[in-house]
Formats: sequence, C-alpha cells, structure tokens
Amino acid sequence: MLNEIEKIKTEALKQLGGTDNAKDLEAWRVKYLGKKSPLTQILRGLAGLSIEERKAVGAAANQLKNQLENASTEKETSLREAQLKTEAQKESVDISLPGRPYPAGHVHPITKTINEVSDIFVSMGFQILGGPDVEWDYYNFEALNIPDEHPARDNMSSFWIDAPSGEKGKQLLRTHTTAITARTLENYEPPIRAVEVGKCYRYEATDATHLNIFHHIDGIAVDKGITMGDLKGVLYEFARRYFGGERKVRFRVDYFPFVEPGVEMAIECTVCKGAGCRVCKNSGWLEILGAGMTHPYVLRRGGIDPEEYGSFAFGMGIERLPMLRYGIEDMRLFYNNDLRFLRQF
Amino acid sequence: MKVPLKWLKDYVKITLPVTELAEGLTATGLEVGEIINTGGAWENVIIGEVTAINPHPNADRLKLATVNLGKEQETVVCGAPNLNKGDKIAFARVGARLINPETRKAEELKAAKIRGVESRGMICSERELGISDSHEGIMVLAGEAEVGTALADFMGDTVLDIDVTANRPDCLSVVGIAREAAAICGEKVNIPEIIYEEVGEPIEKQASVEIIDSELCPRYCASLITNVKIKESPAWLQERLIACGQRPISNIVDITNYIMLEYGQPLHSFDYEKLKGGKIVVQRAKDGEKFYTLDGEERKLTGDMLTIRDGERAVAIAGVMGGLNSDVTESTTSILLEAASFKATSLHHTSRYLGLTSEASMRFERDIGAGLTIPALKHATQLIAELGGGKVAKGIIDVYPGKKDPEPITITTEKTERLIGVAYNSEQIVKALTALGIECKAEGAKVRATAPYWRSDIKIEEDLIEEVARFYGYDKIPLTLLGQEIPRQDPSPEINLKKAITTSLAGMGFQEIMNYSLTSLDMINKVASDPDTVKPLRLTNPMTADQEYLRPSLRGNLLSTLAANRRHEEGGVALFEVGKVYIPRKNDLPDEPEMLCGVMNGDRAERSWLGSESACDFYDVKGVMEGLFRQLGIDISFENSQDEGLHPARQAAITATNNGRKVKLGVIGEVHPKTADAFEIEGTVCLFEISIGAMLPLASQVKMYKPVPRFPSTVRDMALVVDTSVTNQQILDIVKGFKLISEVELFDVYAGKQVAEGKKSLAYRLIYQAPDHTLTDEEVNKVQEQVTARLAKELGVTLRK
Ligand SMILES: [Zn+2]
Repeated sequence: MLNEIEKIKTEALKQLGGTDNAKDLEAWRVKYLGKKSPLTQILRGLAGLSIEERKAVGAAANQLKNQLENASTEKETSLREAQLKTEAQKESVDISLPGRPYPAGHVHPITKTINEVSDIFVSMGFQILGGPDVEWDYYNFEALNIPDEHPARDNMSSFWIDAPSGEKGKQLLRTHTTAITARTLENYEPPIRAVEVGKCYRYEATDATHLNIFHHIDGIAVDKGITMGDLKGVLYEFARRYFGGERKVRFRVDYFPFVEPGVEMAIECTVCKGAGCRVCKNSGWLEILGAGMTHPYVLRRGGIDPEEYGSFAFGMGIERLPMLRYGIEDMRLFYNNDLRFLRQF
Repeated sequence: MKVPLKWLKDYVKITLPVTELAEGLTATGLEVGEIINTGGAWENVIIGEVTAINPHPNADRLKLATVNLGKEQETVVCGAPNLNKGDKIAFARVGARLINPETRKAEELKAAKIRGVESRGMICSERELGISDSHEGIMVLAGEAEVGTALADFMGDTVLDIDVTANRPDCLSVVGIAREAAAICGEKVNIPEIIYEEVGEPIEKQASVEIIDSELCPRYCASLITNVKIKESPAWLQERLIACGQRPISNIVDITNYIMLEYGQPLHSFDYEKLKGGKIVVQRAKDGEKFYTLDGEERKLTGDMLTIRDGERAVAIAGVMGGLNSDVTESTTSILLEAASFKATSLHHTSRYLGLTSEASMRFERDIGAGLTIPALKHATQLIAELGGGKVAKGIIDVYPGKKDPEPITITTEKTERLIGVAYNSEQIVKALTALGIECKAEGAKVRATAPYWRSDIKIEEDLIEEVARFYGYDKIPLTLLGQEIPRQDPSPEINLKKAITTSLAGMGFQEIMNYSLTSLDMINKVASDPDTVKPLRLTNPMTADQEYLRPSLRGNLLSTLAANRRHEEGGVALFEVGKVYIPRKNDLPDEPEMLCGVMNGDRAERSWLGSESACDFYDVKGVMEGLFRQLGIDISFENSQDEGLHPARQAAITATNNGRKVKLGVIGEVHPKTADAFEIEGTVCLFEISIGAMLPLASQVKMYKPVPRFPSTVRDMALVVDTSVTNQQILDIVKGFKLISEVELFDVYAGKQVAEGKKSLAYRLIYQAPDHTLTDEEVNKVQEQVTARLAKELGVTLRK
C-alpha cells in the first residue's frame, strides 16, 4: 500500500510539473485530489486495515494529500502571475503621449504677490484694510502733511475727477495707498497694525519701469513704545521671508512728508547678489520701499497723541517684487494680459 | 544736483575716497545716483585752436577747418554753424571714444572720407563729449585754454550727481553739500570771507526797495554795481558751470547762476538804467496785467502773483522770470542785483500756472529761507566787481519785514530713545547736531538747539531726532520685532471670498487677468448692458482717450483682452477678472463695488488627441457657475433675465435667498452677437458677471451639518413626455416637494422622432431616502405614483413607455 502511495506521488508531481494552464490544473486536481482519485480511495479504505497498517498508511496518505494540495496552490499562483504578465503587456500605454487634459488656470502674478505679501504681514499681527480708489484730497494729501503747493505733490501728479468738491477737498484717484493709512488712523483706536493694498494712479508717462496705474501696499503700526528698531525689524523680517534668508538689507535716510525720521530700505540685488549689474545700476542694491516713524502731524490728524504712542509706517510698490523675483524687465507685461505671459505663473 | 569735487574742496577737506564719500552721503539721505568722471572718457581729446577755415570742395554746408594742436596740425571736415577762426576747441584724434549724437552710445572715432575729403579727427560738440545734451554746434573753450594739452587736464573733474529730497533745498548747492560732507568726514566747513571795495555814493542814494506785500516777500536785498562790462566769463567759471550741467552765457548771467549753485540762493540782475526812478517795489500784479518775460512771451498776470516793479511797471515776476524791459544786455553797464526770499507756496502756484519752472523757481518753492540772501548777494557782488570790472556802490539794501528770531527747539534723550530705540545721551546728541552745523547746548537730559538759517526743514523735535539718527547711521539701530501684544484682528471675509473665487476658477481652467481701471468711452458704450446706465465717472485731466473714464463694468476690457489673445490663441480661452467698478454718487465719492466677471470662448475643453472639440455655450457657463457656487456653499437659482449685452434668449439671472429675501447675484449668458462682433470675436462668447458684495453675506453664512444617511437609499428612474414649453425647473419644483425624495437628477433630454411633435422627453433618476429606516418597495412605489399623478395633473406629463 505504501508503495502504491509512493507511486501516486511520483506520477502526480511529474504531471503537475508539466501543467501550464488553469484548465489542465483543474483536471489534475480532479485526477489526484478528487473524490474518485486513488488517494481518496486509499484514505476511505483505511477502516478495513489493521491498526498498525492503518497508522502507517494513514500518515503517508495524509502527508501526500497535504503535499499535493500545497503544490497545486503554488502552481495556481505561479500560473496566475504568468497570465497577468502576458495580459499587462497587451495593455501597455505610451507614456510619452499627453494626458487627458484637465483644466488648469492660473492666478494673476500680481494677485499672487499681493496675497503673499499680505500674508507675511498678517502673520506679524497686521490686519488687511482697504479704501476707495477715488479719494478726497484730504486723505491723499492734506492729512499726510502734504498741503497744497507742497513740492512733494509734484512727484505725485494726480488724476482729478470731474465731480464736485466736498468738505474734504477735490476728488482724485489716490496716488498712494498711504491715503488708506490716513483713514485707518482716523477710524481705529490704538493699538493698530494694518496693511493696505490697492491700485494707485499717477499722471506720469508709462515705460518699462513706470506705470500710471499700479499697486501699492502700505502699512502702519501704532502702539506705546514702538521704535525705529521695530520698523527695521518688521521690514527686515518681510524682506527675509519674501526674498529669502541670506539677503542683506540696507536702511538709509529718505524723505516723505508723512514720516520723520524717514527711511528707505534696499535689499542686496537679487540678480548680481551685490556685485553690481544692469538691474541695480551697478550699486549692488535695489531700493524696494520707503518708510519712517509716522509724523506727529499725521498722528494728530488721526486723533492720536504722538506723545503717548509710537508709530511707524511704510509703503512699497507691488509690481517691482515679482519683477525682481522672476527677472521680468517690463512692468507693462502684467497688464497686457497676454496669456503666453500669464500662464507662466 | 551735480557737484564737482574740485569745487566742493573749496569749502571742505575731503578726507575720504570719493566712493566712500558718496556712500556716506547716500546713507544720510543725499542719494548719489552717479559718480561721473568728466574727462575720464576723453582719451585722445586735446585742446586745439582753429587757425583757418576753408570751403569744402564738394559740399556747401561743410567746411574744412585747420586746427593747431601745438606740435602738429590737422585739417578736418566740420559742419558746425559756430566755427570761428581763433576759437579754442576740443579736438578728438582718431581713436577717441565719443558719444554718437544719434544713438547716444560711445563709439571709437575712425578716420573717414567725408564727401571725398579725408578727415582724421573731429571738432567736438558737448553732446559728443558727454558734457551736456547740446549738439547745435561745437563746444568753444575759454580763451586761456592751452593748445595741445589734454582736455581732461583742462576741464576734467569728478562730479557727484546727487538726488536731493524735497525737504533739503539747502543741499541744492555746493555749500550745502559741503556741510553734509564735513559731518561725514569729521571736518569743518570753511567758507572764505568775502571782501570787496565799495566806492562812491551809498546805494540808498541811488536806489530804493519797498515791500508792499510783505507776506509774500519776507526779505529783499540788493546791491548796485556800475561801470560793468558784459563779456565772456573766465575759464574756471565756465568750467564749473559746465560741470554742473549749465551753459555759460555771459559774465553777469553766469555769476548769478554760479552763486545759485554755490549757495542755493537764486539771484536776479536788473539793468539799473532801465529801472524807472531806481526803484524796486515788491507788490502783487494787477489782475489781467500784461507782461513780457525775457523769453519774449507775453504773459497775462493775475492778482495773486507777486511782481517786482520799478517806479512805473512790473520788471519781473518774483522768483520766476525777469522781464524784457529790464533785462541785462550787452550794452548794460549798471547792475542792480537782487537776492530775495519769496513765499514758497505762492511761487509754486505762479510758476505752475505760467508753466515756467526753472532752477530758481524750484529752489524758492522748497522754501530756502531768508538767511542765504546776504552771503549770496555779497559773493555775487564781489564776482561782478572782479570779473565785470565794475564799481560797487557803498552798502547793500536789506529790507526784512519777515524777520523772525529762530525759535529754539528742545530735544530730549527720552524722546530720542522712544522714537529711535537707542539711548543717546545729551553729549552724543550735541556732538551730532554740532557736526551738522546746528547750534545747541545740553541742559541735563535736554538739549536746546537752534536750526541754522539754511535749514528751513528743521521745525520740530522729531526733525532734530532724525539728524541725530542719521549722523550715527541708521544701520547702527538694532533690529527689534514689535514686542507689544498683537492688536485685535478681525476676519476679512471679502478678501477670503475673493481668494476662494480666484482659486476655484483657476482650478476650473480660467486664467485670471488684471486690467486698468481707466478706460475709454468707446469701450464703455460697446458693452453698455443697459441703455439707461448712469454716466461713467470722467477724469478732468486724462492723459489719453484710452484712459479717460473710470470703468463702470469689467466687461469691455475683458472682451478686448479675449480678442487680443485670439490673435495667437487657438482652442478654448477662459478668462476672469475680480475688480472694482465705479458708479458715481451725488455729492460723495463714487460707489466702488467689487465685481467678478468672466468670459469663455471656443472649445470647452483643451484640445487633445483623446477628445473631440466642441464649442462652449450657455450650459458651460451655467455649469461653471453651479460648480463655483457649490464650492462656495451658496445655493443658487436661475431665472429669466433681460440684460441688453447678452443674447436675449440665452441668458439667466443668478439669484439666491438671504434671510428669506431673494437677492440677485449676477447674470450669465452668451454675449449678444452684436457685441461679440464689435470686438471682432468669432463664435459664441459666454459671460458671467457676479457682484462680490451680494455674494458676501451668503458666503459668510455657516451652514449646519446634515447627518450622513444611515439607511440605504432606493433609486427609481422616470421618463416623462411633456410639452416643449414645460421647463425642467417646473418638474423639479414638484418632485423635490416630496419628503422621501432626497435627490433628483436629470439624465436625458430628447426631442425627435420618438416623441410626438411639440413634445419632449425628460428622463430623471430619483433617489429615495428616509432618515430613520430602510424604505420598502411599497413605500417607494406609493410615492412614485403620487409624483406621476401630480406631474400629470399640473403639467400634463405622461410617462414614456
Ligand atoms: Zn545687481
């Protein structure tokens, strides 16, 4: 009987080795493990054997049954893998063909810049505020210590609106978002930290680096104990985050009627890293913003006591920032709205 | 302000290299834009003398000039109108690098044949040498220029081109810059004492000054010089003027210009003989008075303009321009020299009104103060006596009704620290102020300072604090970050909404664009959506017709952007803009609502090898809006609308309900073919226009969460046949009224052979859902029957078999 089992084993394993498809495997299973298979017959016939024989034959038959079942499972797995491999080859794609297009539009680079810059200041506790494009003379000039006939008005030639004057003077298109600062000081009680972004307008010829309509961001902080050190710290922090960590920053004296002392901030040239190039006119520096300690006249106009509160203010053009970052040489590109340009951002 | 270094050194010892001086000036507020080495580029340019002029054999306009260069001589072709024998000129040898007058770029001079005559070298104009923009003729040098020497040795210098801010008119002068340079170098300013001889009658006996409108003229000083000879200025004077970018004219004019550049005080010279009665009266003009300024123009004066008058008439517009009637000419022998102070604002107004701005008016407008008059007048008088050979009358006239003793200003260490963040003690403050020429004295923690007469900008303590801070350097102030508590911050719902819209539309394939807010009337009329639109807001001083009006709508420029991109874009183009429009209001600033506007044109999807192309239409723009509002969490409905700018039968209004009230959010539709034609855009243009303000309260609403269904739903399809006039909405209104129906989806619309004429078939999928149990077939069937019954009754719907 044991010889019989050994014979089945040799024959079954040999035949399994030659099986190469699912159908033959199934036939093999029926033949060697099915109800009518010799092995099953042997197992069924165990009852008619002596105890000793039953022990030896039973163990050998069960062992073979397990062995054949494992071998069949193994075979099945390897057959399936081989089959998948062949099928996958038939379904191969050309990975160089373009994908099925899904829509992908773009946000305008100026919107992106405004959001990015605002977010930096928001994270330092500044609130974003807005104001009208069409402004009273009072907020654009008068409240900012720029009375009529002040020479600073010459640098900010205005577009005037064909509309009647009011108590706060003539209507004009604001020449800087500092006009919103004048409103902020009037409308809010200290402590104040605010940034104000928007379009500004100047009666000026347009060229690659000047537009008569452009964007500005202004900022104002009012609180007890604010110093010029804080102004420098906040602006440095802005430059560091927007332009990247290792950039040098320079603070110099400048004049704006609404601040005293006045400051101009420059960053190390983004193109030549300070060595001097065409973009920085060989100076190694790029002036990016004007700032200073808010003039006591301006604070008083906003109902704030300059003896009690310290305050700084700053302002910068928006367009220059992406120009420096992306190496754009003509500011007009932002508003030509050529899709071939806009899609790059 | 151009400052020649040689001249600067007359007043201060420059102990720093020029680049460091320039850096110091820039850091302290006087930005040195450029350091110009005049003469640095003049290699191979030497001084020559024109010894002969002969006609060119082949050209009437050209001459052959023989130039003596000392050791040799050259004959060159020259076309300048001011070529004179005996003149000293700048001669460029072959190899010199000259500015090409046309391209303004430096080029190497080569030997050339000009109309058949060989020319080795050239006589230069100022433009070719980069001295000025003048190119009308050759530059004629002063007589004492030595033939054969390099031009750079004769008139070369280092010139600092300084950008002077509006608050520092004192620095529109060499002396002013010298004071700043002294503080930077740690040196003292040394202004030579002015000594000249006075002879004859005292000036009071020969001339008089009366100031009538003293609020416009705080001070008027005058001197008188007789026996003057008008002639060319000496070389040193010409050279300095040229270095400062001014053209020498004749000694008297040159001296007044020179003194203005030296002190920043403009002067005016009158021909004394032409002043009736030797009188000067400072008085407002008569309204409508006519006056010939020395440029020969007739000016109509107004009663608010200040004039200088003699016994009978106006002889100058104060601080702006002199008159023909009293002008110094070649025959002038006596000069009455004016050094005065005029009110800045009045002068600003007059010069702008007359369109006459000059170096002089620019200085007066910036309020130079009254203190510079005397030193400037004295030095000018001395120079006229010296260079014009004149005799100076005894004394000077000084009428000074606006005299005020300078008010001392107190600067405290406490305030300085509070503003700057650095604790300077009073000695440090005194040191800084003194170095800048500000007289001061420490009194404990306070310093009492008096601004010198040339610093009209120093008025308050903060001004002095800036002086201290800039003396020690802004770079020395340590960086600190605001240490105070963060002030209350409020959410910015409008900014958040705009960001959400922008991101969402970009995600749907729309490109954000940004247009100017000024536009033309033509553009506004092209898209007028309503014939009764309020008149748009106009500028009183537009630069161009393209930018004359504030846009009342975003549509025009958006369509024009689409049209412009069509020149190079194929396939689908989808654009949007978020921005303000401007609606006039009576007696107030205009309303500036924020709008969202978008356009689509051409293929609905990007072209691809995978898909077919089809043009977008009404249902695309509707889908975009449905998607956008779904993302924003705003429930919207569509209603019929009548927007003149849109296709009359293919448009809709978007509405929503806010607090039980229906609000219109905007419109969508296909742009009226007439409008699309006006912009020359082919194919259907879809448009949406939404008010951000109307969306805002809806977008900010917080919607309560609905539990996710716990029990399975049942799906039933339903194909209906209805009259073509029945709308989807009518059916939805009925179906959605049944409580157990949670969703209705239209999945097919058909009109054609399979249904009767005048009918259409609509197929819906209904989702049945109960919150608390699994629905049985019987429950669902019962409702489905009720639905069809109501549809049949109310809309005449039949079921399609
Ligand atoms: Zn650079």
